[in-house]
Amino acid sequence: MSTTTLTKKEGAAPVEEPVLRKPSTRKRLVPYWLLLPGIIWLLVFFALPLVYQASTSVQTGSLEQGFQVTWHFQTYWDAFTEYWPQFVRSLLYAGTATLLCLLLGYPLAYLIAFKAGRWRNLLLVLVIAPFFTSFLIRTLAWKTILADDSLVVDVLNALHVLDVTSWLGWTEGERVLATPMAVVCGLTYNFLPFMILPLYTSLERIDGRLHEAAQDLYASPATTFRKVTFPLSMPGVVSGTLLTFIPASGDYVNAELLGSTDTKMVGNVIQSQFLRVLDYPTAAALSFILMAIVLVMVTVYIRRAGTEDLV
Amino acid sequence: MTDKTAHTGKNTGGGDVRLTGISKAYGSFTAVHPLDLTVPQGSFFALLGASGCGKTTTLRMIAGLEDPSTGTIFLGDKDVTDLPPYKRPVNTVFQSYALFPHMDISENIAFGLRRRGIKSVKKQVDDMLELVQLGDKARHKPHQLSGGQQQRVAVARALINHPQVLLLDEPLGALDLKLRRQMQLELKRIQTEVGITFVHVTHDQEEAMTMADQVAVMNGGRVEQLGAPADLYENPQTTFVANFLGTSNLIEAEVLETGSDVVVTAGGGKLRVPGDRCTSAVRQGGKVLVGVRPEKISLAHADDAGSIADGRNRVTGRIVDSSFIGVSTQYVVNSPAGAELQVYEQNIERDARLRPGAEVVLHWNPAHTFGLDAAQDIDAGVETVEDAG
Amino acid sequence: MRWLRKNLVVIAGLLTLAYMILPNIVVMVFSFNKPNGRFNYSWQRFSLDAWKDPCGVADMCESLSLSLQLAAWATVGALVLGTMIAFALVRYRFRARGAINSLIFLPMAMPEVVMAASLLTLFLNMGIELGFWTVLIAHIMFCLSFVVTAVKARVMSMDPRLEEAARDLYAGPVQTFLRVTLPIAAPGIAAGALLAFALSFDDFIITNFNAGSTVTFPMFVWGSAQRGTPVQINVIGTAMFVLAVLMVVAGQIITNRRKKTATA
Repeated sequence: MSTTTLTKKEGAAPVEEPVLRKPSTRKRLVPYWLLLPGIIWLLVFFALPLVYQASTSVQTGSLEQGFQVTWHFQTYWDAFTEYWPQFVRSLLYAGTATLLCLLLGYPLAYLIAFKAGRWRNLLLVLVIAPFFTSFLIRTLAWKTILADDSLVVDVLNALHVLDVTSWLGWTEGERVLATPMAVVCGLTYNFLPFMILPLYTSLERIDGRLHEAAQDLYASPATTFRKVTFPLSMPGVVSGTLLTFIPASGDYVNAELLGSTDTKMVGNVIQSQFLRVLDYPTAAALSFILMAIVLVMVTVYIRRAGTEDLV
Repeated sequence: MTDKTAHTGKNTGGGDVRLTGISKAYGSFTAVHPLDLTVPQGSFFALLGASGCGKTTTLRMIAGLEDPSTGTIFLGDKDVTDLPPYKRPVNTVFQSYALFPHMDISENIAFGLRRRGIKSVKKQVDDMLELVQLGDKARHKPHQLSGGQQQRVAVARALINHPQVLLLDEPLGALDLKLRRQMQLELKRIQTEVGITFVHVTHDQEEAMTMADQVAVMNGGRVEQLGAPADLYENPQTTFVANFLGTSNLIEAEVLETGSDVVVTAGGGKLRVPGDRCTSAVRQGGKVLVGVRPEKISLAHADDAGSIADGRNRVTGRIVDSSFIGVSTQYVVNSPAGAELQVYEQNIERDARLRPGAEVVLHWNPAHTFGLDAAQDIDAGVETVEDAG
Repeated sequence: MRWLRKNLVVIAGLLTLAYMILPNIVVMVFSFNKPNGRFNYSWQRFSLDAWKDPCGVADMCESLSLSLQLAAWATVGALVLGTMIAFALVRYRFRARGAINSLIFLPMAMPEVVMAASLLTLFLNMGIELGFWTVLIAHIMFCLSFVVTAVKARVMSMDPRLEEAARDLYAGPVQTFLRVTLPIAAPGIAAGALLAFALSFDDFIITNFNAGSTVTFPMFVWGSAQRGTPVQINVIGTAMFVLAVLMVVAGQIITNRRKKTATA
C-alpha cells in the first residue's frame, strides 16, 4: 500500500530532490495500538483506584449519610497514632521473615544450582510443587504442625528452645500457635519460593569456572563464596528479598490463621476497617501509609544495593 | 597460608612437575589412562590433542581442580596430590578467561595477592598491568575489554602470584587468527622474561609447535608421543601423530628386503625406507606403513621421468586436483600406491603442464621416508568435517 | 566431622526443602482423617470417606469450578493484553517507555492489600456491583504485569536476525510472526500463562476485598477456617498437588523421549 502511494507521488512530482522517507503513519502507530488495551486496563484498574483511595482517605462522613471530601488530613495522623503498633509489627514480622527466607533459601538455591547434578529438575519441581495446593490449605496445615500437643512443639519443649523464645517474647509458655513465632513461621513458609527462585536464577547464571579461578588464586571455599559467589548472586538476593518483603508486609492471612489478637498486622486492620467496620477513610489512609512506607523502603534498598553496579 | 610463603618470591628453585601414574576415570569412562610425565622446570610445555583426548583433564589435575583417580603429582620434591587448588603454588589461565565480572581489572589482578594476605599490592599490580600493556585499563570492568585484552588480564592475574607453574587451558581459543598469532609471540616473550614453567593445553598443532619447547601429543587419554616440535614432526611414531601434526602421506606397503635400508613394494613400485626410521620391527613379507611429508615430495611431469636422479623414491600417478595457496601449490595425486597423495610444491618455477589430469611422477629422497607399524588405523588423527563440527 | 563440613550446604538445603514440603504431607495425611468435631486439625482415625465423596460439602465444588473458570478467563485476558505490551516494549522505540515500564512494575511492588483496598474504593464509588466480573477485572489487572515480565524476558533473548532471516526467505510480516516469532516466544508465553493461572487460582486477598458474595475456592477455605474445616478441602488440595506433580513428571518424560529420538 505504501509503495503505490509512493509511485504516485513520483509520477506527480518529476522534480528530483532528496526526500527523507518517513515510516508510514500506520507503521509508527503500531506500538501504541499494541500498548493501548493493556495500558488502559492498568490505568483504569490500578492507577485510577489509587486516586479514588487518595480521595477517600481525606473524606469525612458516615456510611448512612455518605462521605464527602473535606481534606481531612487528620485521619492520617489519627490512623497512624492508633495503629502504629500494627505497623511496627508488620515491618518487624515481614523483615524477620525475609531474613529467615534468605538464610533458609540460600543453601537450597545453592544446592540446586551447583550440587544437584541430575537431581536438579526434581528439586526444582519440589520447590514449586507446593504452589499447586492452595496456600490457605497449606497455611492451615501449620495449625496442625504447631498445635500444642504436636510432635514439633514437644521436641522444641524438650530441647528447651521454647524457654529461650518465650524469654525473648516470641512464644508464650509452652505454646507456639497464636504467638509471633507462629506468624513469622507461616510468613517465612509462604514466601520461601519467591526467595529461592530468583536466587536460583542468578546463582545458576554464574560461570562455574569463576569458582575454579578463585580457588586457583588462593581463595578458600569460604572466601570464594564471600568474594565471588555472593557478590555475583546479588541481583537474586535483591529481587528475592523484595518479592518476599513486599507481600509479607501487607499480609493478613498468616496473622489471622496462626496468630492471636496480639499479633495483628496492619493488613488485618485494613481488612477489618474496609470489610467489617466500614470506616473507609481510615482504611484508605492506613493503606496509603503502608504503601508509602513500603515504597520508600524499597527505593532506599534498591538505591543502596544498586550502588555496587550489579552485573 | 604458611606453605605459600616459600613461593612468593621469584622462582629460582622449585623444580620439575612430575606426574607418576596419574589417571582419571569418570564412572566407566577413562578420561586419562595412567600416565607418567615430567615437565622440566622453566620449559614451555604443550599438551596437544583433539577435544576429549584428556589434555584438559590432565591440566586440571595439576591445578588441583580435578582429583586424580590414581597416581601422584609432584612439584619439585613436594607431593601436592592431596592439596586443594587454593594451596598449590600453581595458577591457571582459564579457557575464556573466567575474569570476575563484578571486579575491575586491577581488582581481578590483585585477587590472588590479597587472598594470601598481602596488603600493599598496588606496585605489583601496576607492574603487571605494564607487562601486559594495559596500564590505562585498570579501572575498567572485564566486559569493557576486547577479547585480546581480557586474555592478557587473565595472564596477568595468574602471573602476579609468581606461581611455580603457569597452566594455560586453550588460552587463545576464543581469539581470531591474526590476534592469536600475535598473542602466541606475546606469551612466548612473557615466558622467556619471567622464566616460569608454562604448561599449555591446545588443539592447534601449529600453536603448539610455534610456542613450546616440548610437546606431548595426547590421544584417547594417552600420550602418543613426547618430544621437541621438530622431532615430532620429522619422526612421528604413530599414524595419529603423523596425521595430527601437519599432513602425512601414508602408503601401505609389503616388505621385500630388510637391513639398513628396508625395501618395500606398494602399487607395483619399489620404495626404500631407512631401517632406523622404522618404528616397529619389520620382517620380510610383512606389512609396513610408509610415510612421507607432502613438502618433501617433488613433482615431475611423466614426460620428464628420465631426468629424475637415481636413488630417489618414485611413485607414478595422475593429478586429480590442484589449489594455488600463494607460497605453494598443493596437488592431490591418485596413484596405484595410494589414493589422494598430497604434494606441496614451492611456487618458484611453475610447470604449466601440472594440471588436473596430467600424468606425473612423485619423487623424494628416501632419507625423508619413515616407516610405521601397519597394525594401526591409517587415518587416525586425520581431521574430518565431522570432527570439526 | 569433615564429612559434615563438606556437606553442610546439602544438609541445610534439604532441611529447607523438608520445611517447604512438610505442610503438603500434613495436608495429604489429614485427607484420610475422620475428625471428631468440625475442625480437621488433630488426627483421629483413618478413613476414606472424604475421598469417596469429594463434593460432599455444600458449595465447595461450586467454588472450585468458579475458581477454575475465573483463572482460565483471567489467564486469557492477561495473556492477550500482556503479550501485546511485551512485544511493543521489546520491538519498538516510542515515547513514554519509562512511564509505561514503571506502570507495569508498580503492581508487583505494592502490597496486595493496598491494590485490593483501592480497587474496592473504585468499585464502591462507581456503584459497580461486586461479583464475578469485578474479581475477573482485578485478576487480569494483577496478572498482567507478570505476563509482561515473562514474555518480555523471552522475546528480549530472541535473536532479531531470525526474523530477518525469515523475511529474507520470502515470509511476509504475518507469516514471519506466525511461523517464526510466535513459536520462539511460545515458552515465554506459556510461562506467563502458567504463572497467571496459578496466581489467579490461588489469589485470596484481592478476591476477598472485591468478590462481594461470590465465593471462590480460597474464599471457601477462608470461610471454613472460621466455621469448620471439612476433610474434603484436604482431598482437593492433595488431588491438585498430585495431579500437578504427575503432569510435570509426564512432561519431563515426553521431553526426554523427544530428545532421545532427536539424537538417535
